[in-house]
Amino acid sequence: MISTTSGTIVIENEVESVKTKLKLAEIDASMRFPVIFFITSALVWLGIGTTFALIASISLHASHFFPNWEWLTFGRVRSAHLNAMAFGWGNNIVFAVAMWMMVRLCQTKLRFPWLMITAGIFWNIALIVGIAGILLGQLTSVEWLEMPRYVSPILGLSYTMIAIWGIVSFLYRENSHVYVSQWYILAALFWFPWIYIAVQTMVIWFPARGTVQSITNWWFGHNALGLWYTPIGVAAAYYLIPKVLGRPIYSYYLSALGFWTLALFYNWAGVHHLIGGPIPVWLISSGIVASVMMVIPVVVTAINHHLTVVGFFDHVWHSPTLRFVVFGAMSYTLASFLGSAMALREVNVVSHFTHATVAHAHHGIYAFFTMVMFGSIYYIMPRMLKREWPSALLISLHFWFVAVGITLYVLGLTIGGWIQGLEMNNSQIAFIETVKHTIPWLISRSVAGSLMAIGHICFFIHFLWMFMSKKTAGGPTLFKRAGEEVAVK
Amino acid sequence: MKKFPLLFIGIFLTVAFSFTGIVLTSQIQYGRLKPVAIEEGDQRYPREPVGLAQQGNTVYISLGCLYCHSQQVRRKGFGADFERGWGDRQTVPRDYIYQKRVLLGTMRTGPDLMNIGQRQPDPHWHYLHLYDPRITTAGSIMPPFRFLFKKQKIQEEPSPNALKFTPGYHAPVEEGYEIVPTDRCVALVQYLLSLKLDYELPESRFTE
Repeated sequence: MISTTSGTIVIENEVESVKTKLKLAEIDASMRFPVIFFITSALVWLGIGTTFALIASISLHASHFFPNWEWLTFGRVRSAHLNAMAFGWGNNIVFAVAMWMMVRLCQTKLRFPWLMITAGIFWNIALIVGIAGILLGQLTSVEWLEMPRYVSPILGLSYTMIAIWGIVSFLYRENSHVYVSQWYILAALFWFPWIYIAVQTMVIWFPARGTVQSITNWWFGHNALGLWYTPIGVAAAYYLIPKVLGRPIYSYYLSALGFWTLALFYNWAGVHHLIGGPIPVWLISSGIVASVMMVIPVVVTAINHHLTVVGFFDHVWHSPTLRFVVFGAMSYTLASFLGSAMALREVNVVSHFTHATVAHAHHGIYAFFTMVMFGSIYYIMPRMLKREWPSALLISLHFWFVAVGITLYVLGLTIGGWIQGLEMNNSQIAFIETVKHTIPWLISRSVAGSLMAIGHICFFIHFLWMFMSKKTAGGPTLFKRAGEEVAVK
Repeated sequence: MKKFPLLFIGIFLTVAFSFTGIVLTSQIQYGRLKPVAIEEGDQRYPREPVGLAQQGNTVYISLGCLYCHSQQVRRKGFGADFERGWGDRQTVPRDYIYQKRVLLGTMRTGPDLMNIGQRQPDPHWHYLHLYDPRITTAGSIMPPFRFLFKKQKIQEEPSPNALKFTPGYHAPVEEGYEIVPTDRCVALVQYLLSLKLDYELPESRFTE
């Protein structure tokens, strides 16, 4: 009796799972064009942003070899780099990954995909105009908001037209359970327009008086990371780790704790960019407290992810998606700990105003966010194109070049920046000497950046190749295990 | 967590909390600061920027100088801003009330400029430094801003602003020609010279 019953259950389960798979395939089909559109746009911007990054990085130690062109000056190119990466690569990939996860988790088909694509086209046109504006000298010199102000209404409007579908899908969801990734995505979709409109209003359109501007600026600047890119990165990790491993997330309770503490503390952390600056001390103190409290969501999320993966680390090694995502999730933990430490006055007095801050920003936005997004693309694209990645070798090259590159980047600039800070605080050392001592580390950054650029080129080639290839059989493309074929189930 | 309204209220309240706490409270606390005099009847500070310096400010913004140069002085004992001569006192919110765009900056790839007008009061130093930073500062990594200069034929007399290169510097200029700053460059230098922390405020006196 018992065996019969369990046999029936197995068959029923299989029928269920086939049904679910069919449904997911249908949902994926409805997302096909928007997702491919946004991923392709994101990758084009990644290429553009990488190019600007290399120019900016090299110009810091070799500016005297640069031609006498105004648009090529450091202040302009680094701003073009930041905006191409943040709003070109970052936002486009968020639109693709977050929307895809959202409709899948809501088990509902995407409505009006063409509207999303149209809005996406406007988003990208506004970016092109905005970044050209930066290079031609209309940059605002407001950090994270360099694009001339006339593009912001178009950006805002097209953002709304895209983000609204996340909320619509949620309201029309066909399953009752709401997964942790959905909280993060919903929150991010709502938080980003709030902070963007607030900062545009109070800094660019109707500037507040004095350093209220700076406070608003950094409330936005830090929250762009904390309330926009980070939630999506965490959501993707929460979605993909259990998905690839085929086991549930370790704890619902920890997920909820991690989400609400992040929502509460990250919001307040931005003021730590102004420690020692001309703003009220109580604000700085509250920013430091919030930055330190960030340890809670970070530890909680790390434990939750770790206990989901524990015992399955060989999968992490062999699945391209998981290798990138887990690298990203671990970087999130590390970068956040360092961030909390750098907010302490004793540490900040050294690290503030130095290249260590730049290292930290890239630790968060690249080693965490970008790596998780790479992992997501490896998972999503085969489901969009109904074919597999053509080459495990190219994925491997992509991973190693960017992983080694970003590690070298963060290590070099953190050490160099720390030395720079110590020397800057020692008035016995002439300022120009502190500048000269940063040059080797700036060169290490250019080397690291080149490695990352090579990784990106491998990825671009692979991405194009995938469109042309026909590999559909043989299961997903995985990294080779010792003594096994490349493609294993 | 299945209820959308509950989730949404939480999402709304967390960001509303920080927006109110950080942004709105600041605006209420010190969003309407006015210039003040130390003694009744004295000159009130900070001064309102005027003329060419303000045009120079837009050049400073459009070139992105802020990404390597801060404009804020931390108190003595917190960093070495005071010892390096970047300012005789800590800067406070009131110092920035006339800046339409506040340019605090968060990077010191180059030195702080809050007090550059006092530290380097000579416009010719600035012209040479902008043309090629290594003329005035050996080992500088600042990019040259040669596009802010033009070459022209010397009229009856050399222009007063013409660059006077140090002997041994190979300037790309032929006999009978001179290199002069463009209008934008003159404005930018006027702006830099106007950056002076030479006044006291009741809440921030010169440090001993």
